Parts: sequence; structure tokens; C-alpha cells
Amino acid sequence: MTANSSPNIEIKPTATKQVTGSQALLDALIQEGVKTIFGYPGGAIMPVYDALYDYNDRLEHILVRHEQGAIHAAQGFARVSGKTGVVFATSGPGATNLVTGLADAMIDSTPVVCITGQVFAHLLGTDAFQETDVINITTPVTKWSYQVTNAEEIPHVLAKAFYIASTGRPGPVVIDITKNAQLQLFDYEGYQKCFHIRSYKPKPEVRPAYIAEAAAIINEAKRPFVIFGQGVILGNAEKEFQAFVEKGNFPAAWTILGMGAIPTDHELAVGMLGMHGNYGPNLLTNECDVLIAIGMRFDDRVTGRLDKYAKQAKIIHLDIDPAEIDKNVKSTVSVWGDCKETLPLLTKLIEKNDNKNWLQKFADCTIKETEKVIFPEQNPESETLTMAEVLKCINEITKGDAIIVSDVGQHQMVACRYAKLNNTRSNVTSGGLGTMGFALPAAIGAKYGAPDRQVIAIIGDGGFQMTLQELGTIMQANVNVKIIILNNQFLGMVRQWQELFHQNRYSFVNIKSPDYIKLAAAYNIDAKKVDQRAELKSTLEDILSHENPFLLEVMVGKENNVFPMVPQGRGVSEIILSKEEL
Amino acid sequence: MKQEYTITVYTENQIGLINKLAIIFTRRKINIESLNTSPSEVEGIHRFTIVINETEDVVRKLSRQIEKLLDVLKVDFNTDDEIIWQEMALYKVAADVITEKVKVERLLREQGARAVVIRKDFIIFECTGQREEINNLIKTLEPYGLLEFVRSARIAIIKKSDGFHNKVKEFEYRVPSEALVENEFLDKNEGVFSM
Repeated sequence: MTANSSPNIEIKPTATKQVTGSQALLDALIQEGVKTIFGYPGGAIMPVYDALYDYNDRLEHILVRHEQGAIHAAQGFARVSGKTGVVFATSGPGATNLVTGLADAMIDSTPVVCITGQVFAHLLGTDAFQETDVINITTPVTKWSYQVTNAEEIPHVLAKAFYIASTGRPGPVVIDITKNAQLQLFDYEGYQKCFHIRSYKPKPEVRPAYIAEAAAIINEAKRPFVIFGQGVILGNAEKEFQAFVEKGNFPAAWTILGMGAIPTDHELAVGMLGMHGNYGPNLLTNECDVLIAIGMRFDDRVTGRLDKYAKQAKIIHLDIDPAEIDKNVKSTVSVWGDCKETLPLLTKLIEKNDNKNWLQKFADCTIKETEKVIFPEQNPESETLTMAEVLKCINEITKGDAIIVSDVGQHQMVACRYAKLNNTRSNVTSGGLGTMGFALPAAIGAKYGAPDRQVIAIIGDGGFQMTLQELGTIMQANVNVKIIILNNQFLGMVRQWQELFHQNRYSFVNIKSPDYIKLAAAYNIDAKKVDQRAELKSTLEDILSHENPFLLEVMVGKENNVFPMVPQGRGVSEIILSKEEL
Repeated sequence: MKQEYTITVYTENQIGLINKLAIIFTRRKINIESLNTSPSEVEGIHRFTIVINETEDVVRKLSRQIEKLLDVLKVDFNTDDEIIWQEMALYKVAADVITEKVKVERLLREQGARAVVIRKDFIIFECTGQREEINNLIKTLEPYGLLEFVRSARIAIIKKSDGFHNKVKEFEYRVPSEALVENEFLDKNEGVFSM
């Protein structure tokens, strides 16, 4: 350990006091501005919880029902607030229960710091009770991980953890602290935030030559097309992005995590990319002449078949992470850097353009999609309700001001296709990992991250049953979230694939649900079930103005499919609008 | 086209880093042909030398993933003609056979080898060079009963590189940001993390 103690510098004696590792940890959290912790106690983290007893007035601890719930809540918190989420868990099973959430936070670049307890240092490697090799288990799914065995390390390790989790491309950090270090008394000299690690470059240096080159290509474009991801939101560059798009009059489409970076009804926002994205953005990806990708990583769900993806276009890729450049799609010009810095530089150099005919093409596609999919989905002739009409009702009531938290599956695609969002940081969903069970705990965290905003969790009947124990958290902490279960009595997305690609062989997708109303009642949460169109809107109005948490189960059509769709293994321009086109 | 690439990685000296590096390869099902870790020209900075057989595109992507690791400072990758490289091998042979049947001194001269240990029961030869030279000595010794053979990982120097002394200064250089200006610890050098 050489941190903070260079031999050449005379350190003035400062007022030190003896504290335990646990106290130093909690002090670090306070210094980092943490107010809320999601956690679950256990043997190896008991000294921290003991210290927390005295910090009750400064740190709010939310007791979850499962560690996976804690980390998803921390993710939800981080996604809506932009701050780093904090998790406490014990050793062994406590820590391994975090792994799914860590993987989710890693792939979706969410800043989370997880503190796990660990057995006493002298027991490491002895197969002690509740000992697991947490660092090695979590290494592939963390941005950084570190095991503390000496309390003196805690202040700088925590400073480093928060710095790493929140800067550059954010991500999850695990700090594993042995019990002896939590108990150990040491001379505490106070907390210093970390601002520099020599082996860590959160932001690549912006190279002006590449900006100029990118601008030159954009200025020659006849059919420029902007696709944007969560990088715009993570970089707090929404305004810069909007200015860029508006100056160039570029049609702009979002990836699932980029949604809401500009209002979804902005005149240049043309919809969502990807497998169940909108028709125009997918189809016209293969007609644009310059594709400007901003803070997105060309996931296979966005690109479809790579050798049929935007082959005609020059590609400009703006990203903060050099490892993303040319990873999946080879760029013509790559602009490394934080888009908050690069976008204004680029905006300055681009010329105003009306792109009238080109934008008209997107409008034409929207007309076609509305006619074939959107309108019939939102205004169905069938007796059964559709997911899309639920979303339409929600939009009418919230006017687009709510935070929409969705789980994974058909309802997620419908939510992200149809939700109207006026504000950034309003779409919380598990994008890269596709973690079923994400939404309920993430909604809890989102409410803590944005207490003044309406938080609506839209969850399928499958995903809800994966983490429904978090109803206990909602009950105990009275977290005012509105839960809407879209129940189609199937694992809908898998069923859709089995219908379309496996000759209707429905293999284990028929899932039974408990009586959700009774379940909610057992948790003392108000609940209602709706299966009639006539009741839908008024019920939604009631629950969204309800002052307590509420669970609404909406019965929707059993075998509805989500369209449009880019079938796996096909190019984006082979997008289909109905089953008949398959 | 797949070919041999030597990846040079400058890192902090951190427990567990080798695992973090290895995971990058194993996740992509890429076999590491050779891996060496050693100190570098700069005190406190370690140097990994990794050899893999892959296409340039894959090696470039791997290098960026490695450079993304928190404790990694810099990654270079080179083809064989861009580096000077050496491996070392030890060969154990029975003393009686070899002294009886081989002109040892001639063997040493011709193969650029040397004897590290000479005992009544066995002799250990050492040969430093490239794969071909090391393999030649195996061929020569095999007829006389090669008892044990071991070859080290590759170590390599990049012809074009100026070393890491100046680079490390760049890495330690801090661009003052607004956040730093407001920070009361700004003027203290110990605020720089070197953990």
C-alpha cells in the first residue's frame, strides 16, 4: 500500500481518530453523497450492519427480500438518478445472488458499488462457512473488483470504487471486505475522493482531426441517419444531442436504452431500432448514405445480420469506449470521446440541411406501420385487451411524464414501442442481458432515485413470478410504485418464437399464475384485476392517482404477437410487419 | 489470416490481474500459446508477454479489451518480424549415455547451448533462442534419451518501442478538471492514486 503516502512529502500531523473499518466504510458512503443503500444482512457483514445502527439518521437502508432484488433496485436507482447505486450483501450466497444483477449492470453500463462481506482473512481458502471466491466469480461481470483484508485500505478503495463505477463508461464494482477488516480499529485520517488512477482513462482524448473528417462526411450526406444509445444519457449530453440533431435535421432512432434521450414525440425522433423496433428505422438503415452512431454498441438485436447491415453507408461511430469502435461494425470514421464534448464540436462544423425528402421516407414508413400494426394494436377489434392499448391508456393519463420500468419479453417490447416519454432517464429496462425479474426491484430503486416522479412497472406474468418476493420490500418501506402485470398466461416471447419458428410446438411456455390479487392482499398492497376494455382507462386513472403502491393485473390476449420483427439471422431491411410476411 | 502475434501488456502489479487477463481469452475460446510475466523497465510496472495465433482483427479487438482492464496501462501487439524474441529451454539427459556417445563440447558449440549442471547421473543443457533452435536440440538429444524437457514462455522486445519511461509520465499526468479545481486536496500530490 502506497496510497496517499509518498516518502518525499512530509505529511502534516492531522487530527486522526480511531474508527473501525465498518465506520470508515459508512463514512465513505456519506462523503460520496450516498443516501440510500439496498441490502440484506448476514453473518459476514454484521459489523457493517452494526455500525449502520448508529448511522441510521444519515443513511437510509432498504431491506430487500433477496440480494438480486437489492442490486436491481440499485440499478433502477442509478438509471433514473444518474448517481451510483449502493448494495450491501453478505458473503457466500449473499454475494452469489448478486451475480445476475452485476452482469446486467455490466452490459447496460450502470454505476453500482456492491459491498460484500467476506469471512475472516485467516479463513480465506479454507472452505469456511459461507465463503465463496467472490472476486473470481464476479471478475467477468464487473468493471472492477477488489478484496479488502485490512481496514486501512477501506477509505482509498471506496474512493476508487466510486470513481471507477461512475466515470467513463459506467459499470458495477464489487468490494469484498473480510470480517476482520470490518471490525479492525485504525487511525482514520478522513476521506479523500479519487480523481485519478494512472492505469484508468475514463475519457479518451478527443481528436479534432476526426471530428473534422466526420463533419465533412456528414456535410456531403444526402441521406444521413442518426442512431443513438444510452451513451447520450450516461454522458448527460441530451441537450447537446438535441442541438446536433436539430441543426442537421437528421432523422434519429434510438436503441432500447437510448429511448427518451430526446422526447419520443420529437419531430426528428423516428422510433426504435432493432428486432422489434419500428419499421422505418430498420428498413432505412439500409438506405441511408451516412450512418451516425452515437453512444451505442451495435448489439446483434439492433443490427440483425451483420453482413446485411448498412453496407451502403459510411459509418461514423461516436463512443467513449475504444473497445466498442469497430467491434461489431467497421466505422469509416470513429470519434472517440465523451459525447458531451464531441457532439458540440461536431455540431459546430455541420451545415444546416432540411433533408425534406429523406425525412418524408421515414414518415411514409410510419404511415405504413401505423396502418398495419400500430393502429390495430392500439384499437383492437378483438374482445380481449392488447398490451398496446394498455400503453396507449397509460400515455393518455401520464402525458409521457412517468418513469416506465419494464421487465423482459413481449410486454417490454410493447412498452418500449408505445410508451411516450418526455424526459430523459425515464425508461428503465434490462436491455443487454434481458433479465426477467428485473422490473419489480428496479422500480423500487427508481422510486428512491426519483421520489417525486410517477414510477410505473410494467411486467409480464412470467417475469413477475421471478422476483415477486420484493412485494415484501414494497410493503415494508411503502414504496409508491404502480405495478401493472400484463398477463397473457404464457411466456409470451418464447411462445411467439415457438409459433413463428418452431411450428407451434409450445414447449413449456404455458405458465400458470397465482391469484395476484390475493397475493397483493397478503402483502397488504391494494390490487385489482381488469379484463374488460370499458374498465381499463378509468381503473388506470384511479391507480395512477392512488397514494399508495398498487398492483393492477390486466388480462391480455393469450396469443398476440409483437410486430414488426426482424427475424433472427435476417438483415434489418427484411423486417416484417405480420406473420404472413414470414 | 491467422498468424502468431505477440501481445505486450504493461500493468500495475495487482493480485488477480492474471485472471482478469486470462478471462478475456477464455471467454472467446482463444488458446494462449505462451504467457510470461515479468518486471518492466519501470519500477512497479509489470509486463505481460502473451503469444496467440489469431487474425489481426481479432488481436486488435482483444488488445482493446485488455487495455480496458482497470489495472492495465498499455497494450501493444506485434507480428514476429516486428519484435526480437527469445525462449529458453532446459534439457535433462543421462550423463553416461551422452558422454559416451556424443561429443558434448561440439554439441554445445553447434547448438549454441550450454551445460547448466553436470553430475554423475545427469547433465542439464540450456538453450536460448527461437523455436527452431530449441526444437533442433530436442532432435539432437532425443536419440540419447531425453529424460526431461521444459521450455519457457516467450519474452519479446518491440523493435520500434522507446520503452515505458516516458509513457508512464503521460499516464500520471492529470488534466485539471473543474471538479479538481474545487477540490481542497488538489495541491497535494498524494491525492494521486497509486494503490
